[in-house]
Amino acid sequence: MTQYERFLDTFFNPAVMAQYFPKIVEGLLVTCQIAILVVVSGILFGLALALLRSYRWAPVNLVIIFFVDIFRALPPLVLILILYFGLPNVGLTMSGYIVLWLVLTCVLAAFSEEIFWAGILSVDKGQWMASRSTGMSYTQTLLNVVMPQAIRLTIPPLTNRTIAITKNTALGMVIGVDELLNEATTAQAFSGNATPLMMGAIAYLILFVPVVYLGRYIEHRFAWRKV
Amino acid sequence: MSYGKLEVLRGIDIDVMPSELVFVIGPSGSGKSTFLRCCNRLEEPATGEIIVDGTSITARGADLNAIRRRIGMVFQSFNLYPHLTAGGNVMLALRKVLGKPKAEARLIAEAALDRVGLADKIDNYPNQLSGGQQQRAAIARALALEPKIMLFDEPTSALDPELVGDVLNVMAELKKAGMTMVVVSHEMRFAKAAADRVIFMDGGVIVEQGAPADLFANPQHQRTRDFVRQVEH
Repeated sequence: MTQYERFLDTFFNPAVMAQYFPKIVEGLLVTCQIAILVVVSGILFGLALALLRSYRWAPVNLVIIFFVDIFRALPPLVLILILYFGLPNVGLTMSGYIVLWLVLTCVLAAFSEEIFWAGILSVDKGQWMASRSTGMSYTQTLLNVVMPQAIRLTIPPLTNRTIAITKNTALGMVIGVDELLNEATTAQAFSGNATPLMMGAIAYLILFVPVVYLGRYIEHRFAWRKV
Repeated sequence: MSYGKLEVLRGIDIDVMPSELVFVIGPSGSGKSTFLRCCNRLEEPATGEIIVDGTSITARGADLNAIRRRIGMVFQSFNLYPHLTAGGNVMLALRKVLGKPKAEARLIAEAALDRVGLADKIDNYPNQLSGGQQQRAAIARALALEPKIMLFDEPTSALDPELVGDVLNVMAELKKAGMTMVVVSHEMRFAKAAADRVIFMDGGVIVEQGAPADLFANPQHQRTRDFVRQVEH
């Protein structure tokens, strides 16, 4: 066997590929599902927190900042392990799927809150004054004048952060969620061949490359007008 | 209207009559803009009373949003909403504050933009308009709400000289139509031509006030004399 053939046999073994293809697809679907749920709930939660924060109620803001700092500082894996292995001891048992979704949602919410908040702050004070001077309420101004401008500025960092956090769905492997990486490593163990891992990597590319492009497209679309 | 004592501004006490154009001049930092922003409480006066069209806007429980829509304000930096067209800028408060249906708001926006000579720009975004056009669109945004009084905060200071005239013409038209106006500006020629009264402010107080002809030709205070001499050159 030449080096080249050994390489092919290790990473692109046709027999292994054929055998584990369905498993990899199943894992991809699960990863895809969790990723979509995390993106939707994480960004909405983060947006809600940023909007709430803009009312500047001191006690509420204290709680928000505390939440955001904790979830930004802790590695998601630590949170996942604590929730999955720790909480059952106090009588609260959640499936690995729920734990993974919950932790990643909170982490994405924390980061996106900061991004939305920075966007809100970056909108010129004159925009607030102009809107309020026409009789628009604080909330009407926030939603109709400030947020449309703030969100435009948040698209690039939000896209990057969202991709970075949804990739963490792979952490589900540690707590037995049958997502993509779990299926790939299991297949690798059974077959004694690294091909399933390569298939997993390719599957991740299939999932995330379009997201990267979508982000670039949205970024481009939102960069329409300079103030 | 009367303005009671304000803390940042001290002892400001003036009345503006209906259809009067009051022109406020003074060196930068003299409190002109602060004074103007107190008139619709974008700036909170610490003490004193401000009465607009018979309603105290400083009273506890005053409905600020209801009061503000009767007080139009125009800013130095235009502050058009960049994500909305000229028409969208005018329509926003009509829709959200007055609850007008879209078609009616559009008609009002058309009329307001027509009044400032921008009927053909209704679907243009602010970045597709010149500075002068942007400021006129901002005036239309305020006018569409049929305010009782218009406040102008250095409306031409951010404009290229050749665009100033268009904005001043619109303001002169408003004056002719009987609008009550308070204008903070350095356009002394406009003040002489259109103002009923000129107020000179310095250091947060009204130093002197009078008809433009008197105040410019014959200032009573040294500070006013110095300022008038400076800006006339």
